Amino acid sequence: MDLKDKLVSSFMAFENDIDVDSYVHDLRSDAIKIFEKQGFPSKKEEAWKYTSLNKILKEDYSVFPNREKVLEYSEVREYFIHDIDSYKIVFVDGKYSSHLSQTTHDGLDVCLMSAALAKPKYRLVIENYFNKAASKDSLSSLNTAFTQEGAYIHIPKNKLVEKPIQIIHFSTGSESATMLQPRNLIVADENSHVQIIERHQSLSSNAVLTNSVTEVFASKRAIVDYYKIQNDNNNASLIDNTFIKQKQQSHVSMHTFSFGGKLTRNNLNFYQNGEHINSTLKGVTIIGNKQHVDHNTLVHHIEPNCESHQDYKGIFDENSTGVFNGKVIVEKDAQKTNAFQANNNILISDKATINTKPQLEIFADDVKCSHGCTIGQLDESALFYMRSRGIPEKEAKGLLMFAFSNDVLNSVKIPEIKQRITKIIAHKLGVNIGFDL
Amino acid sequence: MLKINNLHASIEDKSILKGINLEVKAGEVHAIMGPNGSGKSTLASVVAGREEYEVTDGSIEFENEDINELAAEERAHKGIFLSFQYPVEIPGVSVTNFMKTAINETRKAKGLNEMPAKDMLKLIREKSELLDIDRKFLSRSLNEGFSGGEKKRNEIFQMAMLEPKLAILDETDSGLDIDALRIVANGVNKLKNENNAVIVITHYQRLLDYIVPDFVHVLYKGKIVKSGTKELAHELEEKGYDWIKEEQKA
Repeated sequence: MDLKDKLVSSFMAFENDIDVDSYVHDLRSDAIKIFEKQGFPSKKEEAWKYTSLNKILKEDYSVFPNREKVLEYSEVREYFIHDIDSYKIVFVDGKYSSHLSQTTHDGLDVCLMSAALAKPKYRLVIENYFNKAASKDSLSSLNTAFTQEGAYIHIPKNKLVEKPIQIIHFSTGSESATMLQPRNLIVADENSHVQIIERHQSLSSNAVLTNSVTEVFASKRAIVDYYKIQNDNNNASLIDNTFIKQKQQSHVSMHTFSFGGKLTRNNLNFYQNGEHINSTLKGVTIIGNKQHVDHNTLVHHIEPNCESHQDYKGIFDENSTGVFNGKVIVEKDAQKTNAFQANNNILISDKATINTKPQLEIFADDVKCSHGCTIGQLDESALFYMRSRGIPEKEAKGLLMFAFSNDVLNSVKIPEIKQRITKIIAHKLGVNIGFDL
Repeated sequence: MLKINNLHASIEDKSILKGINLEVKAGEVHAIMGPNGSGKSTLASVVAGREEYEVTDGSIEFENEDINELAAEERAHKGIFLSFQYPVEIPGVSVTNFMKTAINETRKAKGLNEMPAKDMLKLIREKSELLDIDRKFLSRSLNEGFSGGEKKRNEIFQMAMLEPKLAILDETDSGLDIDALRIVANGVNKLKNENNAVIVITHYQRLLDYIVPDFVHVLYKGKIVKSGTKELAHELEEKGYDWIKEEQKA
């Protein structure tokens, strides 16, 4: 039985365990039909031309991991941004870990999707927002059908959340291969401000496939700063489907740091519904060793006077492959749109590959849209310049690559994250950045 | 200090240096002049260890050691410094951090510990004052958006920080106005002593009014065709390079 059949038949069993009368039940039934009809995306589809799921779908994934392993904080401390006070929503093999988490209902809701789906007091929010941003593609639909657990975050009007919220999904390898489908919902009401850090981490060498869906709703004047740290081990693959709906004057930024994992696909979609909206999409990818990272972004400008800024940098070593596919749509009414997109790549090895494709669809006539993509090697004259000052080749290369990715780090607002990412980058590049930032 | 014997070098099979002989002793200032395309910058790059150039014959000795096989950074560690004609812009690395890294890597190569932060700051302050460099300038990305004069001043600032035994100044005067030229030359003169040496590569005599050479060499078609004292530079300024070319034809 292939994975698709296994999932479809598992759904029938799963359906018996869930409340038939719930609002979400109908969504699930529709969603599994979409998945059953479309199946997993193949390379024949334009959006998946350079990313093949074939290999990773061959594993015999356990769809509902059974054995629950208890993790001690000391074992996993390194995966937290632990030097800041934060809320934490932590899952182990798809199940909530209360002792690793720190949730709240005090002035805001930072809790569990399972609770939000089950309890009547969340019903209104669920009905208003759940699955309202996610697209009806097969992978998101698959996630919707199986939605059980994830983070539920609701920030009420005018609330400035000072502590960042960390969402961490651990997999322990208690099964030989595990499929996880976390579902996160983030609702930021008018004039609120929240910062979120998300991470998926496998703790064993067993195969993991995560098909995650995150929906973010930013109301009028809300500010959401979202950071994804993707530094998983070489047997873990991640398909991240993130959908962001923004209302007028809201600012949402997404930073995606992709440093690891076997295959990582980021489907990042911004929908602007209002004027004076600002969307920021930034990413640093540093991979090697057969790793594959695919950024598939969409920014949909619908109304006038909005901005979007995309800046993705990639450094590819060994036989790694990268994909950047950035689509910007500017609708007819979206005059005075300012949309900027850049994708710059450095190939360190002859065997590394990057496929980069900007896609601009502009239907308005008074807009500023720019895009640029570069693929290059390290600048030889810059290297010689640095070496002539006594900086050895390896360090000079590291420093140049570090500088190359630095632009993206400049917009990281949480210093501890910036520091952590800097450390990971330095480690990845094998250099000791011999100075403070 | 520096002994160049019969040096031949080429880039992409194009022969540029065709038998250079030059000896520079501690305490000396040498000027290398010559028309465009004569190989002046190539000579500077080859001595500093740029890998694109291939040494096809001859040798370069620095302090009685053949350095031909040494990497650029190893030559730097031994005390060779090149002030670039076109300093490279390095976005994202500040002048200060660049210098800290350069100094500490050089110290590491010599088996020394990193320079304490306090000493580093003091050194930076002292040397930036010498070159009349604004403090704000030091936290900017290296050479990024610098004016021509700022870039050259920054080169000499780096020289001051690294205190090389042999400094090669490649067209340091190009793009400088007279005030900047004076500051740069003054900086070089203050760093000059009997234990180090300077090679000034220039097209014009102008800089040599400020940094006075002990010897002047004329490079033409990859060879040193004439050597003399500072009077030779004046002669070149007056008569141009044509008479040299004529002499070579004859």
